[in-house]
Amino acid sequence: MKLVTAVVKPHRVDEIKDALQRFGIQGLTISDVQGHGRQRGHTEVYRGAEYRIDTLPKSRIEVLVEDQDAADVVDVIVRTARTGKIGDGKVWVVPVETVVRVRTGERGPDAL
Amino acid sequence: MNGADTAFVLISAALVMLMTPGLAFFYGGMVRVKSALNMLMMSFVSLGIVTVLWVLYGYSLAFGDDIGGGLLGDFGHVGLKGIRPETLTGGKEGIPVLAFALFQLMFAVITPALMSGALADRVRFSAWCLFITLWVSLVYFPVAHWVWQADGWLFKLKVIDFAGGTAVHINAGVGALAALLVVGKRIGFRKDPMRPHSLPLVMLGAGLLWFGWFGFNAGSALAANGTAATMALNTQVATGAAMLGWLAYERVRHGAFTTLGAASGAVAGLVAITPSGAAVNAFGAILIGLVAGTVCSWAVGLKFRLGYDDSLDVIGVHLVGGVIGTLLVGVLAVDGVGGATQLGRQAAGAFSVMAYSFAVSWLLAKLVDRVVGFRATEDDEIAGLDRAFHAETAYDHSAVGGTTALRGAPAPDRRPEDPLPDHGPGNQPDNKKVDA
Repeated sequence: MKLVTAVVKPHRVDEIKDALQRFGIQGLTISDVQGHGRQRGHTEVYRGAEYRIDTLPKSRIEVLVEDQDAADVVDVIVRTARTGKIGDGKVWVVPVETVVRVRTGERGPDAL
Repeated sequence: MNGADTAFVLISAALVMLMTPGLAFFYGGMVRVKSALNMLMMSFVSLGIVTVLWVLYGYSLAFGDDIGGGLLGDFGHVGLKGIRPETLTGGKEGIPVLAFALFQLMFAVITPALMSGALADRVRFSAWCLFITLWVSLVYFPVAHWVWQADGWLFKLKVIDFAGGTAVHINAGVGALAALLVVGKRIGFRKDPMRPHSLPLVMLGAGLLWFGWFGFNAGSALAANGTAATMALNTQVATGAAMLGWLAYERVRHGAFTTLGAASGAVAGLVAITPSGAAVNAFGAILIGLVAGTVCSWAVGLKFRLGYDDSLDVIGVHLVGGVIGTLLVGVLAVDGVGGATQLGRQAAGAFSVMAYSFAVSWLLAKLVDRVVGFRATEDDEIAGLDRAFHAETAYDHSAVGGTTALRGAPAPDRRPEDPLPDHGPGNQPDNKKVDA
């Protein structure tokens, strides 16, 4: 099994979620995160005092998938997340040792 | 008794009362989350402390019979002694003295509250309460007597302070400067980001201040007449112009029209028109507003250059705005009131209040610091004053974790058949304190 993690622009999240559901993904986790890549931050001004905000709000989507689906899921996310502008985000895949469904105790691919 | 005037003054008193919670929100939104409630409370508590002191002896010291020299009232009206519902100001066409006393009480309440913004995030709440108790008694009540009581020495000098440019704004601005020099800078001043936690609250507060200020300024006519109308109109005009002045300055200097700038510009305009409003025409009000908006916008940056930590710019807005309004009335006053002589009187009024207020405020702050300790502990300051002094936090936004029931809290709703969660030894919820 693989864990696909994507950090994307928050306003793309709904479309990515819909695309993953159409692809047949059962479950996913979405969280609000802060960070930056090459995009860096922005400047805010309060009564003339300037504040450099280094991190930007992003959304993190995590999906557990079977090995053979990982490449397709990455592809779905990249296609839906892309706006072509700086700050579109990143997607990465890591191997997962085991997965347990808490309610039933099922393990491995059955638990997905 | 004049019913219309009485009704107007009573309503104005209620409007001015609203300014103090408005100020609390104006300041409260500008601090960081961890001390937001403390900031609200530092302003709000004045409604309690000063109200009681006013009845006990404040009214008497400010508006009682002069003890001589125009410096202070006597103790003849302690506990509002001798003032009955039918006691009127200025003969049978006057208003009840009680209405006047209530109206003036609201001024006494907001003036020390104004200072709280300069000391945000770093003083002990009990020390603050002691400080404003002493400050209104030894600074505000005497200065109000100087400026507004017919026997007061600045009143007799013909200093124009229609609604409190000297007694309220210059007084509070200088008092704040003296106190913050004693208290010192916030930990991390000029290093850590100290962004406002809620600009919508700032905007709400500024709106309430603007609304209440009609009572503050127009009500100071103490009659529902043309002077009140002039003052009300000029209040609106100067405030609008000041907001535009601040925004224009910011756009040129910093590249954006900020929300905090709009709110601050409005307050600067309100401050500046306060002493002068009834003596100038509408064009004078526009000019006063524009000057106050731009100059105050520039002045708030002084703290970074001069290195004093006026957290929320009480000096930049109230002292500078108050001085602008107080001096410009000497230049812009119409109907033959203005001119060099008047400008000299205005300067004398402004600078005598500054000198007295600075000296006494500094001594009082030193006294409070020596006797009970003005400054919060470093740990409390870093963790936030809300938990330290108020046992509360402003917001519960936490999505993870939760709250453990404390002593006295209602028992959780649990059915008898539900198994108790097993926390295991050493993992029991602490029933004394919740670690957030």
